[in-house]
Amino acid sequence: MADLKVQLHNLEFKNPVTLASGTCGFAREMTEFFDPSLLGGFFLKGSTLKNRDGNEYPRMAETASGMLNAVGLQNKGIDYFIQNIYPEIKYYDTQLIMNVNGSTVEDYIELAEKVNELDKINAIELNISCPNVKEGGMAFGVTCPGAEMVTREVRKVYHKTIIVKLSPNVTDISDIARAVERQGADAVSLVNTFLGMAIDAEKRTPKLSTITGGLSGPAIKPIALRMVWQVANAVQIPVVGIGGIMNAMDAIEFMLAGASVIQVGTAVFKDPLVALKIVKGVEDYLDRHKMQSVNDLIGALQV
Amino acid sequence: MPKKFVHDFLIIANSQLNATNFLIKVQSEKKLPTIKPGQFVNVEIKNSLEVFLRRPFSVFDVDYKNNVISMIIKILGRGSEKLTQVQVGDTISLVFPLGKNFTYPDINDRVLLVGGGSGVAPMLFLAKESGLAKEKVDIILGARTREDHIDVSSYSEYATLHYASEDGLLGEKGFVTQHSVFTNNLQQYNKIYACGPDGMMKAVAKEAKAAGVFCEVSLENLMACGFGVCLCCIEPTTSGNKCVCTDGPVFNINELQWQI
Repeated sequence: MADLKVQLHNLEFKNPVTLASGTCGFAREMTEFFDPSLLGGFFLKGSTLKNRDGNEYPRMAETASGMLNAVGLQNKGIDYFIQNIYPEIKYYDTQLIMNVNGSTVEDYIELAEKVNELDKINAIELNISCPNVKEGGMAFGVTCPGAEMVTREVRKVYHKTIIVKLSPNVTDISDIARAVERQGADAVSLVNTFLGMAIDAEKRTPKLSTITGGLSGPAIKPIALRMVWQVANAVQIPVVGIGGIMNAMDAIEFMLAGASVIQVGTAVFKDPLVALKIVKGVEDYLDRHKMQSVNDLIGALQV
Repeated sequence: MPKKFVHDFLIIANSQLNATNFLIKVQSEKKLPTIKPGQFVNVEIKNSLEVFLRRPFSVFDVDYKNNVISMIIKILGRGSEKLTQVQVGDTISLVFPLGKNFTYPDINDRVLLVGGGSGVAPMLFLAKESGLAKEKVDIILGARTREDHIDVSSYSEYATLHYASEDGLLGEKGFVTQHSVFTNNLQQYNKIYACGPDGMMKAVAKEAKAAGVFCEVSLENLMACGFGVCLCCIEPTTSGNKCVCTDGPVFNINELQWQI
């Protein structure tokens, strides 16, 4: 049996398969289906300083091989999480990574200070790429100075692993990746959703209350894969690959392109057990190719 | 132990009930957990590039002896249309059981069930599972035309069936809320339940509220996951946005922010 353990910065994951923020709740929702210790980790639902109701309904539109969402970071705020959810999930034997979102740099700093105190959370994912909020979010992630500023300020107060989640809605994602690396990011995760839109032609209205939303699912996979490959070649820090991963082969492709860890997202909506199947599929692949360790896949693309 | 499951089922029946409604029965090799009226299953739609997500359907009936779940599928769009094309012998994946069930009536309650279109499915399931004597249960079944009505006469074992149709060719002419059983004396009921089109449920809710009678409705908001992680199917309630898939689909009308 091949070894599935991977390192991301100084974090050990028992396997490279994790669930993406916004697609696994606070992990406990998934425990109704399976034992959370079977996965490498969970990137928890994006949290903000204060309660957010999110955007109005409708927030979702199905598209060919994917979907658009415009949830808008509905969450009860970081303090609610710390008091009511963290005490329950902290015993899960897996990596739990807090995903945080701010409207201002000060928000990110305050969030990072609070998350830094949580013993069982060894990493923070800075979401500077949410396309569905009016203030902050993607605004920080689409320019180098914005991305640098958030990373630099959080680095001053957060002493564990910082993963910066990048937006694909930029001219050159490698520039942004290099910028956050310079400011002390320990890893980057990519990609967040692509800004898109859907129209109901019969009614002549947008399908989403916000008109535009974030596209995810297998429709975006080839673009996400290209971006992961570009970024993995542009930075020294490890990369977390995200974007339309539906099965083990997709996951392996992202690892070959340079991802150390992968996140499964929208596929979870179709099959809540998909990540377990991906773990098994990666293991089978390694055995079939007589590879000793999943680490041998990372960046092993032969060009 | 898991409380929710993803299992492959065998299609054992797919019959067209009328122009737009189909009855699909699926069988599991595994023992089914308890599934209650109002709960739903999220069904995989195969062989379609356009349909990416599953489609949620109310459970119409459960046969625990044979591990069979029945659903009434109304063709509403490309997902449901594709699903009605399944063949006996095909396999299909279900995520289940999802959502909260209707509050069971107390043994001395008198209840009114109002179902419109394929919304009759959970109403009939509730009538069957309620454990009440049939004299205690009235069901008003509404549809646009006589042809749109599904034949559910076998449920007269569990309830008194009343029909309303807009063409007046089956039962009383008009909407369910214009039916004499509905307009006569709502206060004789301890609980009113409704499932069907939004407009119908709001009309029922309005009268139930005015009469001060307990009323639950089952919502159908667009959903992606069905188990409370995507936060797409939200409904504004008196305690903020709630997920129809996990906090519902059954809601007491007093929780909702409906302008009725």
